[in-house]
Amino acid sequence: METHAALFEQGRKRLEALRQMPPRQQESLKDKLLEHGISRRDFMKWSASVTALLALPLPFSNLVAEAAELADRVPLVWLHMAECTGCSESLTRADTPDLDTLIFDHISLEYHETLMAAAGWQAEENLEHAMENYRGNYLLAVEGAVPTKNGGTFLKVGAKGKTGLELVKEAAEGAAAIISVGTCSSFGGVQAAAPNPTGAKGVHEVIDRTVINLGGCPPSEKNIVGTLMYFVMFGRLPALDMFNRPKWAYGARVHDNCERRGHFDSGEFVEQFSDDNAKDGYCLYKVGCKGPYTYNNCPTERFNAHVSWPVLAGHGCIGCSEPNFWDDMADFEKPLGRQLLHGIDASADTVGAVIIGAAVVGIGAHAVASLFANSKED
Amino acid sequence: MNQRVVIDPITRIEGHLRIEVEVDEQNVIQKAWASSTLWRGIEVILKGRTPMDVGLLVQRICGVCTFSHYRCGTEAVENALGLEIPVNAKYLRSLMMSALHYHDHLVHFYHLHALDWVDVVSALSADPAKAAQVALKYTDEPIAAGEGDLRAVQKRVQGFVDKGRLGPFANAYWGNKTYRFSPEQNLIALSHYLKGLEIQRVAAEMMAIFGGKQPHPQSVVVGGMTSIRDLLSPARLQEWKAKHDIVRDFIKRAYHADIVMAADAFGAEASVLGGVNVHNFICTNEFYGADGKHLYHQGVIHDGDLSKVEDVNPDLVAEDVTHSWYSADKPQHPYEGTTIPEYTDYVERDTVYGKLPTLDNEGKYSWVKSPRYNGKPMEVGPLACLLVNFARGNQKVVDAINAFLQETGLPLEALYTTLGRTAARMIETEILADECDKIFDALVTNLGSDDTLYIKPNIDPNKEYIGHSFIEAPRGMLSHWVRIKNGVVENYQAVVPTTWNAGPKDANGNIGPYEASLLGLKLEDPKKPLEVLRIIHSFDPCMACSVHMMDYKGQSLGEFRVGPNAA
Repeated sequence: METHAALFEQGRKRLEALRQMPPRQQESLKDKLLEHGISRRDFMKWSASVTALLALPLPFSNLVAEAAELADRVPLVWLHMAECTGCSESLTRADTPDLDTLIFDHISLEYHETLMAAAGWQAEENLEHAMENYRGNYLLAVEGAVPTKNGGTFLKVGAKGKTGLELVKEAAEGAAAIISVGTCSSFGGVQAAAPNPTGAKGVHEVIDRTVINLGGCPPSEKNIVGTLMYFVMFGRLPALDMFNRPKWAYGARVHDNCERRGHFDSGEFVEQFSDDNAKDGYCLYKVGCKGPYTYNNCPTERFNAHVSWPVLAGHGCIGCSEPNFWDDMADFEKPLGRQLLHGIDASADTVGAVIIGAAVVGIGAHAVASLFANSKED
Repeated sequence: MNQRVVIDPITRIEGHLRIEVEVDEQNVIQKAWASSTLWRGIEVILKGRTPMDVGLLVQRICGVCTFSHYRCGTEAVENALGLEIPVNAKYLRSLMMSALHYHDHLVHFYHLHALDWVDVVSALSADPAKAAQVALKYTDEPIAAGEGDLRAVQKRVQGFVDKGRLGPFANAYWGNKTYRFSPEQNLIALSHYLKGLEIQRVAAEMMAIFGGKQPHPQSVVVGGMTSIRDLLSPARLQEWKAKHDIVRDFIKRAYHADIVMAADAFGAEASVLGGVNVHNFICTNEFYGADGKHLYHQGVIHDGDLSKVEDVNPDLVAEDVTHSWYSADKPQHPYEGTTIPEYTDYVERDTVYGKLPTLDNEGKYSWVKSPRYNGKPMEVGPLACLLVNFARGNQKVVDAINAFLQETGLPLEALYTTLGRTAARMIETEILADECDKIFDALVTNLGSDDTLYIKPNIDPNKEYIGHSFIEAPRGMLSHWVRIKNGVVENYQAVVPTTWNAGPKDANGNIGPYEASLLGLKLEDPKKPLEVLRIIHSFDPCMACSVHMMDYKGQSLGEFRVGPNAA
C-alpha cells in the first residue's frame, strides 16, 4: 500500500514533467478563469472539492489546481459507439462555478462528435491527426458499447466506413490511458441486456489493455472530471475496484450513505409510491431500491449541481453503475430478495445480510437489532 | 458528370448519421441519401420484461430527449392498462416536458446548430461597441450583449484562435460565403453560445427538481409520479419557478432576438430559403394544462394546404423497410410489424474524396425505417406543430406567428424554409414559456385540495392488453405501441420523430423529409458541404432515437439474417 507521501511525490514529478511539455493553449487557465469571472478563491475551492471527491488529503488540492492548469498538455479523443449521448450530456451539466466545463475547454479536446464544429471528411481528418501526432500520449474516452456481432457492422463511423470495433481497437492502440465513460462502454449497458441482439460489449472486452470503467447511466460529471484530473496529476490509473471502477467514486454502496438509511434501520418503508410514508421520506427498499447492491457516490454528490438524485425524487436506485444491471436488478419496482449478485459479499455486513435475506420479517428483525445497538450507545 | 459527396460523421447531432449526395457540374444536388449507421435493438430487449420497467428502458433510447421516451413508453403502458393517472401527475409531467423542450431547443440552437450560422473567426473583427448597438436592434433588453460582455467574449475567442490549436473548432468551414452574419452579429451570437451553456444547465436542473436527475430522470412510473416530497415542498416549487424565470428571460431576450437577427441577415441567402420539400405535416397534442386543455393540438396537413386540417388517425401509420436494413414484404402497422435485421454492406465507388465505400442506394442503406401516414411521407417537428396549429386557428400560435412575421417583414411562405424550421423551434419554445406559469399555477391550485400523485396499476396475467401513446417531443410527434401478454411485454414499437424525417425512400419511390430537403441545393464547395449540414441540422437529428425495432413474433436470435454482401 502506497503512502500518501509517495503518491504526492509521484504527482509532483508528473506535473513537473508535464510542465516541460509545450502547452497547446497559449491562454493560461488563470486567464480563462478571469474571463469567466471565476476568482482564484473559487478555483481553490473547486480544487479542494475535487481533492475531497478523490478521497485525497487536503494538501493534494494544490496538485489538483496545478493539474487543472496543465490539463491542456494531455490531448483527449472521445469516441461515440452504441450509445444515447447521455454521458456527453451529463458532462455539460457541470457544477457552478463552471469549472468542469472549463476544464474541458482547457483540455485539448481533439475529437468529440457532439461538440466539434468540423463534420464528415474534415472530422475524420481531425481524428486521424490526433491519433498520429499524439500517439502514446492521448487520453481515450469512449462513450457507448461496442457491437461485435456480424463483424461489428451494426455500427459504422466515418466516410471510410470503419466499424466501431475497428475504430476502438485502432484508437486504443496509441492511447496513454483509456476511460470508458458510462455503463455502456464499461459493461455493455442497455444494448447488451438479454438477448443482446448486437453482441454489444464493454471496451475492456474487445481490447487487451486495462480500461477504467466509469459506471453509471449516465455517470455524474464529477466522476468523469475527477478521473481525468487523477490521470493528469499522476499519469496513471487510480486505485480500482474489482470492476475497474475508481475506488474514490465507487468505493461505497449507495445504501451506506443514503439519506433514508435511518428509516431502513428503523424498519420504516414506503409501501407504494407517493404514499403517506413516502411523504415522510421513508426507505424505498420495498418499492425496489437497489441501493444496497450498488456502488456509487450519488447520495453524497447528487446530480445537476447537487439539485437532487433519484432517491430524493422518491424512486429507488436502479443500480445503474453495476454490470448487467438491466438484467440483474430488474424488476426495478420490486425488492431483489434472496439474490446474490456477482462478487458482492454482502454477508460480511449485518445490514447487507438482512437485505439478502430480504423478507420483511428479516428487515423487521434488523430494525429490532438496530434499536438494541442504539440503546447500547446511549 | 455527377459526383458523389460523402458526409460521415454528421457531427453536432445525437448519434451516427451519414449523408451522401450527388451533385451535378454546377454543384447542385440532384440526389440525396440519409443513413443511420447504428442499430442497437432495444425493443428486442424489452420483450418478456415487466411493463413497469418499460419507461426506464426506452428512456435509454436517447440521452438528449431524455424525458420523451421515458414518458411516452410509460404512457403507452398506462393506455394499455386503461389507467387514468392523477391530475397532479399530468401537470407534473407537463412541467418536466417543458423543461425538456427548453433544454433541448436551446442546446440545439446554440450548441449544435449555431456553428452553421455563426462564423466564429469573423467575430474577431467585430467592434464590440458597435455590436452592442446592433444587439439593441433586435430587442430592447439584450442579454450578455453589452459592450463589456462582448469585449470579454471577443478576447476569449481571440485567445483560442491565437494559439493556433482550435480543439473542437478546428478544421471547420469558417469563411464559407454562405455565412451571412456581420462580424458584430457573429459576436452577439457567440456571446449567447457561451451564456447558453449556463442557461441549459438551469433548464436541466428544472427537470432534476422533480426527476431526481437529468439526463435520465427517474420519477415517472406507470400510475403516476414518485416525487411527492418535492411536489409538497413549497421551497422546491419555488426553486422550479425561479429557474423557469431565468430560462424564460433568456428565451425572450436572447433566443427570440437571435432568430430575428438570423432572419434579417440570412433573409436573402438562397441556401436557407429552401429545404422544406415534403409538404405534409403531422403533430399531436402536447402540454396538458389548466382545464385539461392542451397547448398544442394534433392534426395532419396534406400538400401544404393550410385550409384543411385532418385529425390524426393512429390506424393510418405504417412503416416501410424497402431500403432499410430489415426484411418485410410490405409496410406494417406498428402493432403488427415484424422486423428482421438484414444488413447489406456499402458499395465502393468514386467520390469527391476518391474511392470510398458508399451507400447502396438501389438496395438497402439505412437502419432507419420509413414511417408513412396513409402511404405518405410526413415532416414532423416544431414547424409541423406550428403549421397545424396555425391552420387550426389556435389563437396563441396564430398570434405568435403573425407577430414574428410582422417583426421580420417575412411572408408566411418563409416558414417553409430551413430558416423557418429553425425559427419555428424558437416560436414553439416562446409560446410554451408564456404558458408554463399557468400550468404551474393550475398544479399549485389543485394541490390545495388533492395531493394524489400515484395510482397503483394492476396487471392481470391472464389478460392481453394493447395500447399506445402519442406525445409531441422536441423533435416532433413520437408514438410508442405496446402489447402485453402473460403480464409481460409481448412486443413493442416506437415510431420516432427522426424516423419520420430521416427515413429512406419507400417502396413507391417517395422520399422522406431529409433526403427531399437537400434536392436542388447548390454547394459552394462540395468538399466542404456546410450548406448540407445547415439544412440537416435544422431538423435537429437524433439518430439513436430513430433506429429501433421490436415485435419479434417468435423470431429467435439465431434467425438474424445478414445479407450476402456483409463482411
